[in-house]
Amino acid sequence: MDLELLTQLTQAFGPPGYEEEIRAVIREVVTPLADSVWVDPLGSLVALKRGTGGGKKTVLAAHMDEIGVMVTYVDEKGYLRFTRMGGISPLMHIGGRVRFADGTVGVISVERREDSSKIPALEQLYIDVGASSREDAPVQVGDPAVFMRPLVAQGRRLISKTLDDRVGCYVLIETLRRLGPTPDDLYFLFSVQEEVTLSGARTSAYKIDPDMALAVDVTMTGDTPKALPMAVEMGKGPAIKVQDSGMIAHPAVRDLLIAAAERAGIPYQREILLGGSTDAAAMQLVRGGVPSGCVSIPCRYVHSPSEMVDVTDVEQTVALLSAALAPA
Amino acid sequence: MNRDALLELLYMLSNTPGTSGDEIEVRRALRPHLEGHVESLRVDAMGNLIAHKKGTGAHDLRVLLTAHMDEVGLMVVDHTGEGALKVATSGSIDARLLPGLEVRVGPQARPGVIGIKAIHRADEDENVIPVSALTVDIGAHDREEALELAPIGTRITFATTAHPLGQLVAGKAFDDRAGCAALVALLQGPPLPCDVFGVFTVQEEVGLRGARVAGYTVAPAAAFVLEGTIADDLPKEEEGSPTSEIGKGPVLTVMDRSYVADPRLVRLVIQVATAAGIPYQFKQPGIGGTDAGTIHFTREGVPAITLAIPCRYIHGPVALLDPQDLEHTVALLRASLEQLTPEVIQRP
Repeated sequence: MDLELLTQLTQAFGPPGYEEEIRAVIREVVTPLADSVWVDPLGSLVALKRGTGGGKKTVLAAHMDEIGVMVTYVDEKGYLRFTRMGGISPLMHIGGRVRFADGTVGVISVERREDSSKIPALEQLYIDVGASSREDAPVQVGDPAVFMRPLVAQGRRLISKTLDDRVGCYVLIETLRRLGPTPDDLYFLFSVQEEVTLSGARTSAYKIDPDMALAVDVTMTGDTPKALPMAVEMGKGPAIKVQDSGMIAHPAVRDLLIAAAERAGIPYQREILLGGSTDAAAMQLVRGGVPSGCVSIPCRYVHSPSEMVDVTDVEQTVALLSAALAPA
Repeated sequence: MNRDALLELLYMLSNTPGTSGDEIEVRRALRPHLEGHVESLRVDAMGNLIAHKKGTGAHDLRVLLTAHMDEVGLMVVDHTGEGALKVATSGSIDARLLPGLEVRVGPQARPGVIGIKAIHRADEDENVIPVSALTVDIGAHDREEALELAPIGTRITFATTAHPLGQLVAGKAFDDRAGCAALVALLQGPPLPCDVFGVFTVQEEVGLRGARVAGYTVAPAAAFVLEGTIADDLPKEEEGSPTSEIGKGPVLTVMDRSYVADPRLVRLVIQVATAAGIPYQFKQPGIGGTDAGTIHFTREGVPAITLAIPCRYIHGPVALLDPQDLEHTVALLRASLEQLTPEVIQRP
């Protein structure tokens, strides 16, 4: 496990639409590994590894963008109000910190409320950058920010902000690093704006016009106290998507992944996610339709600043993709 | 275009009825103001009016500019035995503002009134009457007459006639006839360095539908969406963020519910506004959606931004705007397009 790379990936700035920094990190790593690398109009990065066969095209997509916040108002005293970039819950963020593109750090806190037993609305939260007035505040309306938390490796577990979906980006990079010759042309797509509109994967898949598309993303687990029942656990291997709330995996794609896992002796789990979706939902519907599926890394506390994954799951996801794409 | 001509155009467009899917009169009203100023003018399968204005040849960027023709309104869905019309909303309308309003029904713009219980007979604590319980009175004597005058599917719009109001102007459908007026003003001006496709779109209010296919057809390198947007700058109980404010210039979208504006275009517009001394403001991020929401994800992706004229009381019978904001929007759009070069949006 290349923890140095994963640290770099998780800590790089990249809320939806503002992926320059994370794109630069990934671009530097993949450029020597790919036959060609380009950036699409909305900002998605594509690394092409040419195949040896008849030129069938397969897309592997992991999104570069991360959830974040955007300033909606700076009050007279210099406190900031904000809105969500992607799905964030007030419960997860009070007492946490955010970082703006220029490095400015803010603390998220909440107004005093009559009934403090209730979960506050996002409108009741504010960010304190330590300013003393509106004029003194180093940020303005429209500035995006991301949550802060370092990467910690503890035994076989990894804890960090933005494992969603930088661990997917990591899996794509590791797959590109290790993969030998493959029959298909492989398009490693590091997409933008997944957390808001899936627009990056949708538009890049349109351009590529692939024969098959796979998303590589995190999924939730059912293994925490009183979790919503879900048959995916952290540490039990990569999850092969059957369906989620935005997509039903193409049965042939799903079975191709299952067959590869069984052939290679990689443990796997069948995934049904009731709330949430991935880039595969958008890629499936471009042009005349694309057979699509998804390989998920089981992840606890998705969309919190402290997401948790298992190292073995990550490594086995790389192994599964390699087995599926380069059949021996 | 001078202010008088611009306001005359705005008034004419505001007074023209055109709900989603029934934009034919707006399209017809726009045509004579575009002919002679653009190289071609055509209508696509959805009803979008597409005007192509060739650039000076300075570079080969294709730029899509849109403003939507449709307005919110009502549609006839049934008739009562007494000859009144049952209606549903077309686009989002606050049911609280409807009772007692004067409306125009169908292609003949037949006068109608939305029924209201006399205050003498109303319960003091009566709740908001849902649209499904409202009826529109067109003076028909019975069901047969109502059916003939306003069959199911007939469009209903607010009856407002546009007029000056102090330093402001008042009218219906400023969302988005203000954007349409701004786009006409731009297209009537001299050619720009880029190739411009000015598209007057359909069905924005019901799901950004016309813009989606227009984005596909034009396949532009960048898109600028023109809107009439929410101004909620009236006094509030506590200090808070207005969506936008009247008189403070064109409103830039950084992010709304439908998309994230391209940061490079946002920077460009800010630089241009600053250099030209044109005031501007940000729309409160995270609110509303515009045609950019479907344009940006067409084909290989389209960097997009929304410029809007701040309007009070949109989606109601009378909206207000400041003519200066309208003029500034035209000026800022033109200046931004003059500075838009391939370098601004290229991805090295």
